[in-house]
Amino acid sequence: MLYREAGQFKASYQEDAQIFPIRQDRVGFIALLAFFFVVVPMIANQYWLQAILTPVLIFSLAALGLNILTGYAGQLSLGSAAFMAVGAFATYNFMLRIDGIPFLVAVVLGGLCAAGVGILFGLPSLRIKGFYLAVATLAAQFFIVWVLVKFPWFSNYSSSGVITAQEINILGFAFNTPETKYLLTLLVVTVLALAAKNMVRSTTGRKWMAVRDMDVAAEVIGIRLMRTKLQAFAVSSFYCGVAGALYAYTYLGTVEPEGFNLDLSFKILFMIIIGGVGSILGSFLGAAFIVLLPVFLNIFLHSFVGAALPPGFGSNLELMIFGGLIIFFLIVEPHGMARLWQIGKEKLRLWPFPH
Amino acid sequence: MMMNDMAQEAVAAGGGRKIGEVILDLQNISLRFGGVKALTDISFDVRKHEIRAIIGPNGAGKSSMLNVINGVYHPQEGRIVFHGEERKEMEPYMAASQGIARTFQNIALFKGMSVLDNIMTGRHMKMNAGLLSHMLYFGRAQKEEIEHRKKVEEVIDFLEIQSIRKTPVGRLPYGLQKRVELARALAADPDLLLLDEPMAGMNVEEKQDMCRFILDVNDQFGTTIVLIEHDMGVVMDISDRVVVLDYGKKIGDGTPDEVKSNPEVIAAYLGTSH
Amino acid sequence: MTFFLEVLIGGLLSGVLYALVALGFVLIFKASGVFNFAQGAMVFFAALTFVGFTEVLPGWTGLEPGSGGVFWLAFALALASMIVLGIATEKVVLRPLVNQPPITLFMATIGLTFFVEGLAQAIWGANARGLSLGISDEPVMWILDDFDIIISKFDLIAAGIALVLFVVLALLFQYTRVGRALRAVADDHQAALSVGIPLKHIWAIVWGVAGFVALIAGLIWGSRNGVQFALTFTALKALPVLILGGFTSVPGAIIGGLIIGASEKLAEIYIGPFVGGGIESWFPYVLAMFFLLVRPEGLFGEKHIDRV
Repeated sequence: MLYREAGQFKASYQEDAQIFPIRQDRVGFIALLAFFFVVVPMIANQYWLQAILTPVLIFSLAALGLNILTGYAGQLSLGSAAFMAVGAFATYNFMLRIDGIPFLVAVVLGGLCAAGVGILFGLPSLRIKGFYLAVATLAAQFFIVWVLVKFPWFSNYSSSGVITAQEINILGFAFNTPETKYLLTLLVVTVLALAAKNMVRSTTGRKWMAVRDMDVAAEVIGIRLMRTKLQAFAVSSFYCGVAGALYAYTYLGTVEPEGFNLDLSFKILFMIIIGGVGSILGSFLGAAFIVLLPVFLNIFLHSFVGAALPPGFGSNLELMIFGGLIIFFLIVEPHGMARLWQIGKEKLRLWPFPH
Repeated sequence: MMMNDMAQEAVAAGGGRKIGEVILDLQNISLRFGGVKALTDISFDVRKHEIRAIIGPNGAGKSSMLNVINGVYHPQEGRIVFHGEERKEMEPYMAASQGIARTFQNIALFKGMSVLDNIMTGRHMKMNAGLLSHMLYFGRAQKEEIEHRKKVEEVIDFLEIQSIRKTPVGRLPYGLQKRVELARALAADPDLLLLDEPMAGMNVEEKQDMCRFILDVNDQFGTTIVLIEHDMGVVMDISDRVVVLDYGKKIGDGTPDEVKSNPEVIAAYLGTSH
Repeated sequence: MTFFLEVLIGGLLSGVLYALVALGFVLIFKASGVFNFAQGAMVFFAALTFVGFTEVLPGWTGLEPGSGGVFWLAFALALASMIVLGIATEKVVLRPLVNQPPITLFMATIGLTFFVEGLAQAIWGANARGLSLGISDEPVMWILDDFDIIISKFDLIAAGIALVLFVVLALLFQYTRVGRALRAVADDHQAALSVGIPLKHIWAIVWGVAGFVALIAGLIWGSRNGVQFALTFTALKALPVLILGGFTSVPGAIIGGLIIGASEKLAEIYIGPFVGGGIESWFPYVLAMFFLLVRPEGLFGEKHIDRV
């Protein structure tokens, strides 16, 4: 009753091409932003800000990056964590080696480094597709982590490649509390998410999807496969790189190359599968789900099953539930939570008179 | 015979189309896949503004011929001259940038996208905004988006698919998908349009619609058309000249009437007693 | 020169083991078009199940720990578990996903990987364990004496077992009814179905066989490096093997395995010292990646012509 588009007429193509063509969605989106920017920092405690909300945002960004590559451009990658590592370590080195470089500039440069590396490892995509490409991206995963461990220059000669993030200072304001770090993360993620939405609704995104859906036809209508695929690799890696920088600077504080391992890459892949392949919203839903699942699982196990379980059982159960859910989602709803949301909205448009 | 009437009507409406000079000239084309000869020494030309049909039994090399024209396959021998220029190494996107568009025998739409987005991709060659501009969706990117949307809406109106513009193409019935594919090709404003069996699998009404669209495109936009079709009635009615292929060789070339009476063509289609 | 030969032979022998894991991938890919990422997890599951049974069986049955009875009983039980796991996977995971794009199936098998790893450790515990097949890891004396090359007896026997397995499977597929049906299925599901080949049966058989291959691989790998979680990563090494050999070729898997095994050992010895060592972790992948740029369809894969 409340949520419907009846009576909202589009008089120009500009109006028709908005991100949220329905007025209620626009209002809802602004309210959501206001809630996360204003209300959340006031009501959430340190634990929530630091251990839940900030990582959810960062993983959303990484998932967004992978979704651009896999969901929109159709190139499967198993190396997202490695690109996050490039972003984190590059940002660290820019901060370390260039005096007085503004933090956000360092992050952008870090992202650009990741983009460059992404293009390099995207080159095989010109000749190979599907599984073959997935295996080739494993080369990126193992090689990059190895480089960061083996060449101590990258971690400024610290033991076993651990880096400790410098303090973030923007225009004289120090971002050193969970609230400020959360807000900074939220800002960066919001801006990049909107940029991603804009890309996928313009020619850039249409070219990606064309290559994904049918590459031969895309080529025949004049899309240059090489350029389009490499662009997707670059943009995707940029997003992952920025996510990696935030992971080091606003979330963990200290990271080591081994922290960006294959498991993390898989986690990001799971986020987009569960959230929704080829959906911006899905990246956020999936990230939230994957970050929150172990938290709730822990609470659940502790309060209901108690201490009777052998140690390590919880983490194994988590693995099984993760795996089981992936399969479940792929069978029941291959388009993920984003599709469920969409179906819900469509139902709501007709509610309460569905016929 | 109804189609014949339609063709004549269209010609009449256009005030007598002018068939112009040769725009595409194929000389001695041979194409092999390993040891398999797909095309052997084929020559023919296409004149501006005409509807040129390629016919032949299954496996005669018709689709391969189209693939050669728009750069998907690279013939081992032969010359291709388009718009007076001899073609060197050619990739499909280059053919597209020279104004060659096509549709496919098995529909090749972008299944995950809406009808509108599919047709919009057809115009991407004419859009120049960069990645950063797209990220901001501001200035040039937005202006282009709206400008080209107008052109796309013209194509949508022309092909009468207004009601499905926001539908994902995967949900459309076959006949409409074929029409959307034609729309995507038309959106590129091509000089030369290659249609690979545009009417395959259609019922009589859909075929009539498609015929009308093809003739209108040829007539109103002045687009040169090369088409492959199995329905002889359609071919003979709408095409100006016909090439006949059999086993990768050219066995006939000329106006529909000439081709119809060519003994080799008759033999290929009906079989001969040896 | 002797040293070079030693490295080469050692690499080739470990390559046989990569090939063994890769074989499991190829079997399933051929028969059902699924790229089964969980093959590594299955190897881990098999080895852990076997070790687990050897630990609990003496208590259950009163057999002497470490006796032949325990070994064969554990082997039989582990094999049964693998077959059940394989068939259950086929039924629960893959059957509902029939007709989904291959990439979806691939992601499902990544989910399966996590599930199987969690399951194995939930049942048997996560601590690393040794596994003894009763073959000593010592140099073969006559080779050492005559050629002055150290070759481990264990490696040689392991390679022998793998070889026997390859031959048996090859004969099975070439000359039996089931084998013929399987090759038909690999070629074209629809066509195989239309001539009355029971597709579901064939799939169940293939998953069962893949489980058996995983068990053999798990036993050999496990007794070499211990049964621990790292076993799943070893199995990841089978992926570049597949790229080299092509996804559908059994000889390809073997030759690819040999190439990867030999080249990674040689690279570690001869290139490793210049860059700080440890390049075994990524060398096969980078090698495979460059290989793909030259020959995207693998050594034995079929060349694919795009038809439009």
